[in-house]
Amino acid sequence: MPEDGNEEQDVLDGGGARSLWSGAITFGLLSLAVDLFPAVRSEAVPLKIVDSKHRLLTRRYFCPQHERMLSRDEIVRGYEIREGEYVIVTDEELESLAPEKSRAIDLRKFVDVAEVDPKYFKRSYFLTPAESEANRAYRLLAETMERSGRAGIATFVMRDKEYLVALVSENGVLRADTLRFHDELRGPAEAGLPLEDSPEPKAVERYKRAIAELAAEEIDRAELVDTRTAKLRALIEQKLERGVDVERAAVAEEEEEEAEVIDLMEVLKRRLQPEEREPAPARRERTGKSRRDDELEGRSKAELYERAKALGVPGRSKMDKDELVRALREAGG
Amino acid sequence: MARAMWKGILTIGEERVAVKLFAAVEDRTVRFRLLHDEDGVPVKQRLVEPESEEIVEYAETERAFLTPERDLVVLHRDELEALEPAPSREIEVLRFVPKAAVDERWYERPYYLGPDGDASELAALAAAMRETERIGIARWVMRKKEYRGALRVADDGVPMLIMLRSADEVIVASELGAPTGKALDEREIAMAQQLLSLLESRFEPTQYRDEYRERMLELIRAKAEGKVIRHKAARPLRVEPDLAKALRESLEAERKRA
Repeated sequence: MPEDGNEEQDVLDGGGARSLWSGAITFGLLSLAVDLFPAVRSEAVPLKIVDSKHRLLTRRYFCPQHERMLSRDEIVRGYEIREGEYVIVTDEELESLAPEKSRAIDLRKFVDVAEVDPKYFKRSYFLTPAESEANRAYRLLAETMERSGRAGIATFVMRDKEYLVALVSENGVLRADTLRFHDELRGPAEAGLPLEDSPEPKAVERYKRAIAELAAEEIDRAELVDTRTAKLRALIEQKLERGVDVERAAVAEEEEEEAEVIDLMEVLKRRLQPEEREPAPARRERTGKSRRDDELEGRSKAELYERAKALGVPGRSKMDKDELVRALREAGG
Repeated sequence: MARAMWKGILTIGEERVAVKLFAAVEDRTVRFRLLHDEDGVPVKQRLVEPESEEIVEYAETERAFLTPERDLVVLHRDELEALEPAPSREIEVLRFVPKAAVDERWYERPYYLGPDGDASELAALAAAMRETERIGIARWVMRKKEYRGALRVADDGVPMLIMLRSADEVIVASELGAPTGKALDEREIAMAQQLLSLLESRFEPTQYRDEYRERMLELIRAKAEGKVIRHKAARPLRVEPDLAKALRESLEAERKRA
């Protein structure tokens, strides 16, 4: 299923219960399976689009030539080389561009993260241990990095895009901050900068006094609230309370799977501390399965597919969920 | 010279500095179009009511918030418009904090600041900020949207405004619990620390290239010329499952390299 650039960004922005990527961190010969989740919420109050009868709408692809809706498998990805002329690029071709090695976050360099200019930072993700076997290696790496105060720098390929990341450890949790590649940033000279070098000493003093007036040691989260979002939330609550413009949403069949709305924070807590939050040993004993099997079966097909991709399981694109679980068990993942 | 994307006035207490914003990011994403496989025509997106398959024009739509209980709260266009902030040219600096007070997760998108007219005031502000080693936290309204930003001076002396995410977006990380388990082996931590210190270095951004993007463009060029593309077979990584053994062998290998 091809995705264009914009959509890909949407996929990576999305919250929800599913991880965005499953892969591995390698540190020397040590390897640990991890899942990647957003560390920032994408939109605080996401709004849906409805029609005049207030029915929920979805976006579909439409061929203007055939004047009909298209299903996902009727769509290909094309790169425009001349006006109206496209080179088709398949999923398999894109996949072949990333050698197996580039699909892991291989920590080969550690730096002081304070050295990284803020203009490089793009977006943050939390990494959670993907399975109980990864727990010890995860904690070892997090502890080691936290003690050293260093961040690991690596590049890796996730969902048809290469990322440069700074891997940091904070309070025992690993986080990947994606960084812009150097050529994605313009130099100040292109904006007709820098400025003249010798400002008036008097003027500098004036600004130093103004800065001192506003000096504080910490940021204030209240100052960083989006007031439109806060007002929007208040409006929604008011309407709910008064029962104005409130209707029951029809449940579309295809939507049901995603209907469960889970806060990102809750998802992260569950993934980081599964023992304390999922006391379900009875089920494990009854089925006689190992924990690892249960872990695989509890995953969505998309997650299993990502893991299969990371492990290079052949024929994965044609497998259903059970087949993926079996193949992953055989591949040791 | 790049064109300014917006003009504003920085306000710091009583001080006012007229500035121009210039984009510091250059988008290099390889953009694909989605095509219908049968005729190669670029597809369009349409809004559809899934039950009836009816196409709905954008102008006839409304917005609604869906609660976790699946109640739909309809928000009319005029109500949403009323939430838009009043237009303003002011970039108000609220406070100046040490650089470390802003966690990396807040940073979103950088802009350079240039003077709008007389350059001496902005130069004086930049010099004052360098001396105090503080960054400003600012708010402003641009094109009907509210923004928050960090005002800082880059190493080359150029002032920048880096957009910050809103407090709603940034999770309070200290509320997350770390994974727990049996106490770690101090000898293993010591070995891991040694391995890490062998890999310590400085951050050199020019060292990294988006090689995947380069290979993608190469592939497209080759296909455009009608060349046959050979797929490379994937090679699995070598991994040692025993933690202590993995650390020992990695250390040995790294010492040999050094």
